[in-house]
Amino acid sequence: MADIEKYLRKSALPHIWCPGCGNGIVLASMLRAIDKLQLDQQKTVIVSGIGCSSRASGYMNFNTVHTAHGRALPFATGIKMANPELNVIVITGDGDSTAIGGNHFIHSARRNIDITTIIFNNSVYGMTGGQYSPLSPVASKATTAPYGVAERPFDIGVLAIAAGATYVARGTAFHATQLTDLMVDAIQNKGFSVVDAITQCPISYGRKNKMGPAAQMLKWQRDHAVPVKAVSKMTPEALRGKFVVGELHRGVAPEYAAEYDKLIESLRVKGGEA
Amino acid sequence: MNKARLMQGNEACTEGALAAGVRFFAGYPITPSTELAELCAEKLPKLGGKFIQMEDEIASMGAVCGASLAGVKSMTATSGPGFSLKQELIGYASMAEIPVVVVNVQRSGPSTGLPTAPAQGDVMQARWGSHGDRGVIALSPGSVREAFDVAVHAVNFAERFRTPVIILLDEVIGHMREKVVLPEQDDIKIINRKRTTLSPEEFEAYKPDADEVPTMMPFGDGYYHHVTGLMHNHKGQPALDGATTKEVLSRLHTKIERVQDEITLYTEHFLEDAEVVVISYGGSARAALTAVKAGREQGIKVGMLKLITIWPFPKDLVQKVAAQAKKVIVPEMNYGQLVGEIERYVGLGKVVPVNRYDGHLFHPNDILTPIIEAAGGTI
Repeated sequence: MADIEKYLRKSALPHIWCPGCGNGIVLASMLRAIDKLQLDQQKTVIVSGIGCSSRASGYMNFNTVHTAHGRALPFATGIKMANPELNVIVITGDGDSTAIGGNHFIHSARRNIDITTIIFNNSVYGMTGGQYSPLSPVASKATTAPYGVAERPFDIGVLAIAAGATYVARGTAFHATQLTDLMVDAIQNKGFSVVDAITQCPISYGRKNKMGPAAQMLKWQRDHAVPVKAVSKMTPEALRGKFVVGELHRGVAPEYAAEYDKLIESLRVKGGEA
Repeated sequence: MNKARLMQGNEACTEGALAAGVRFFAGYPITPSTELAELCAEKLPKLGGKFIQMEDEIASMGAVCGASLAGVKSMTATSGPGFSLKQELIGYASMAEIPVVVVNVQRSGPSTGLPTAPAQGDVMQARWGSHGDRGVIALSPGSVREAFDVAVHAVNFAERFRTPVIILLDEVIGHMREKVVLPEQDDIKIINRKRTTLSPEEFEAYKPDADEVPTMMPFGDGYYHHVTGLMHNHKGQPALDGATTKEVLSRLHTKIERVQDEITLYTEHFLEDAEVVVISYGGSARAALTAVKAGREQGIKVGMLKLITIWPFPKDLVQKVAAQAKKVIVPEMNYGQLVGEIERYVGLGKVVPVNRYDGHLFHPNDILTPIIEAAGGTI
């Protein structure tokens, strides 16, 4: 068992999350990934937005920033550009990253800046008590969708790939070991990486959608997750209502902060010759 | 000695910021401020610094906050509508005490308004644009050379007091070209962030020093700490109790109020015996000074106080200058913004607002006429 307690800021605990919340599982997966990679704590920065999951930054014993709603990625971009030596990991929720922060999400992917974004995806705005998000399934219930969500959700994986992210994966709180491995790969990728971590919100989402308590929601994750390798063997009918887990995409592209450093170097050389 | 150069206000402002050590700029194109971004895009990489054009105004503000937390002096530039978009994160920078410089080359509003016409539309937005209470520093230069000096001061104030500092340029100063002689780099006083002498274990990121400003350590140096826009204790951790809230909110004001005299920048003109006092700033002050000189030529005892520091409002200075005056004339290129503050400290009876909000800069006669009237003369 990895010693992940040293990565926790014990003075900031207990956390604010509800009983049964999956955020703790996703956070633990993150800490295990950081431990596996033996990231230098001093050179690692955790940046989060606003929402339940974004409070995780405060519990982590690193350089941490709990920014404004939707704005974790711009802060992270400034941090990475200012000091490319730093490992920059963003913690965000589904609403934080794809609604109010959606523009920053696609542009960070487009730049392929070396930031790892972990989306704690519970399909709902939990902090404000259960409103639907751009990742809430059609017809799911929320306080702002009492008759069911009429909007179509993003497929965040497809969105990230289309926007230019060079590592995209999806995992769940149920498959916590796999989630850790995906995060390891995401952090190692030198570019913009996204891990869509599906997690349960029994209080604000589960109750409203009659999904039962936390354990039952975790089983739902188990029963609806389809491994990447199995997809090709499945019919569209069999895939309906399911989601794919595992590594969804790996690409190669220039990384923005490194490219900028090359520019500085080329100008320095040119300046020296002149 | 540097040679004289023909330079635009926006360019001088950029040069001043770079001279003061700004090495990160994030921005988004908007008229009439875009030259700042263009110049930074060209010059920063040559200085080993970084420029990034972000996807929007909000992202630019977030990026400069992030870069500053990582230890790099940072600046962004915008104009009225973009300044509105940045306000939430300007408040974040106030709350989390992140040194950043925000240049606002003002234009006319509301909304898209007059994108390329001179106005001083954001004087109150600079003070109150972000939600909640906080102390604010805003500086408004009145010439191209002043734009350089103000930029140096802005960077220094931001670093020293850990606060966003607003530079209120206007289109008159931003786009005007004047002959300037810039100071030698060695003659420019540069203030860098203080560093702690404590060990990482002892260090508390938001524990104020004697000057009420906490010591800031950059990310990556081993001084782990939490930064949040929530109310927070000395460790930077969320603390939402009444005592903490009162302490933080008070200090966000008093750390600036206590240095009011030191950071009040202004110039005085013919004030010794002035019975009519013009108080102006930025582009308006240029026409105002011409009008004051014309008034003097007509034998009117008129003088001028040109404010460079707009916020914190230099109330003592204004009261002192106004005490001897029969009338105080306040020309502004807006419907009347700073005049309210002057009325608050001088009294309604004495103050004569003079406003131009048709997208044109003042003609000196716009100000000379009320000067003559205030002196009891007829035109």
